[in-house]
Amino acid sequence: MERKTPLYEAHVEAGGKIVPFGGYLLPVQYKEGVIKEHMAVRTRAGLFDVSHMGEILCQGKDALANLQMMLTNNFDDLTDGQARYSPMCNEQGGTVDDLIVYKKADEDYFIVVNAANRDKDYQWMLDHQFGEVTFTDVSDQYAQLALQGPKAMEILRKVTAEENIPKKYYHAVFDTEAAGIPCVISKTGYTGEDGVELYLDSKRAEEMWDALLAAGEEEGLIPCGLGARDTLRMEAAMPLYGHEMDDQVTPLEAGLGFAVKMGKEDFIGKRALEEKGGPARKRIGLRVTGRGIIREHQDVYLGDRLIGRTTSGTHCPYLGCPVAMALVDADCTEPGTKVEADVRGRRVEAEIVSLPFYKRSK
Amino acid sequence: MELREGLLYSRSHEWVKEEGDEVLIGLTDYAQSELGDLVFVNLPEEGDEVATGESFADVESVKAVSDVYSPVTGVVSAVNEELLDAPESINEAPYDAWFVRVKDISDREELLTAAEYEAFVESEKDA
Repeated sequence: MERKTPLYEAHVEAGGKIVPFGGYLLPVQYKEGVIKEHMAVRTRAGLFDVSHMGEILCQGKDALANLQMMLTNNFDDLTDGQARYSPMCNEQGGTVDDLIVYKKADEDYFIVVNAANRDKDYQWMLDHQFGEVTFTDVSDQYAQLALQGPKAMEILRKVTAEENIPKKYYHAVFDTEAAGIPCVISKTGYTGEDGVELYLDSKRAEEMWDALLAAGEEEGLIPCGLGARDTLRMEAAMPLYGHEMDDQVTPLEAGLGFAVKMGKEDFIGKRALEEKGGPARKRIGLRVTGRGIIREHQDVYLGDRLIGRTTSGTHCPYLGCPVAMALVDADCTEPGTKVEADVRGRRVEAEIVSLPFYKRSK
Repeated sequence: MELREGLLYSRSHEWVKEEGDEVLIGLTDYAQSELGDLVFVNLPEEGDEVATGESFADVESVKAVSDVYSPVTGVVSAVNEELLDAPESINEAPYDAWFVRVKDISDREELLTAAEYEAFVESEKDA
């Protein structure tokens, strides 16, 4: 049985088309449709309910040591309010999940994980914890809203004071408020645009949702569903767990080497990654040059040679063409290379391009 | 949901317009609204044979690919190639956006009137 987010009724009322995702019932789109919602985020602003994301607290004298051991990124220089992205590996170097760690204060961290992995991650942390530390799954207490787009900050300024807004990307202000509602304001997102994510008491989610939509009416803010969330992250080439990586795919193969600090003393999976050496396959971008849309799990060919499979693929509204990401043999990743994907028995031509597909101009 | 009088409807959400011995086939308004923004269409070629209950085309929305089924058995006599460059016209005007014209019809499934189709969609929604 799927869970509902605190905004479920509001989505139904707004004409949201509800689908199951990651164990939750969420709107894939509202009345405007995926393309208009996508374009709103690229050109104005969009509001997403991402309350399905899981939140786990990591607290205690050995909190940092636990994070350093369980996660591939380095956290020993994180300042209060700063956030950092990291994969979490298993002993074989495969990816248990990818997540974001916020440092609230010394010995007090706030971790945001993927909805579908929430129970698995929490159990993983309990199984591997050591010393003086407590992990607490607080997912049900928190709602999460994402306000994204070039007008997002302007809209946010209407409902909160300047000092409550983090100045830099991947920074957050804890214990603040917006629209009079206590929340965490984090300058993060999953769209490739400017914007924030707000964490708040799930009981006040609807109040915040309504307040933000009202504040952004002039700027053209509209609610956006999972469909646009996926096409936006695709254009920005952001990996999605279960697609670009999973328990069998290492973060190095998924192109997440920037978040794997092999120089750290130790972390779970480090030895396996060392033994594997350079990754045998790598994540690449494909721009479709033929007719058709290449979706996930399609075989990719260089001539007659099968070089890998796609991990995600869709039509990208802002770019106006279909793109895909794929895991392919490491010797076949040169941008400009012409390849073909097998789309339901038909070969569709594509070209390897460098990632991301879309990068916003600052 | 918009319906057009004078058309016949299939349970797989295609519409059929009879023109003499031939028919035009398209997707209903309900189908396009369920599929969402369409961004790609694959059509058969003139002269291809289509068969009752079998897929003759596919449409892709941003999210997924869906088959379009033929309510008749016959031979494609014309293809609406304008859809290839403008798949969004299926969303905008589903009853004008015909996919194919079919001739030499030898079989057809039991089709519904507008009122029957409306009742069918309602019953599917409740299911």
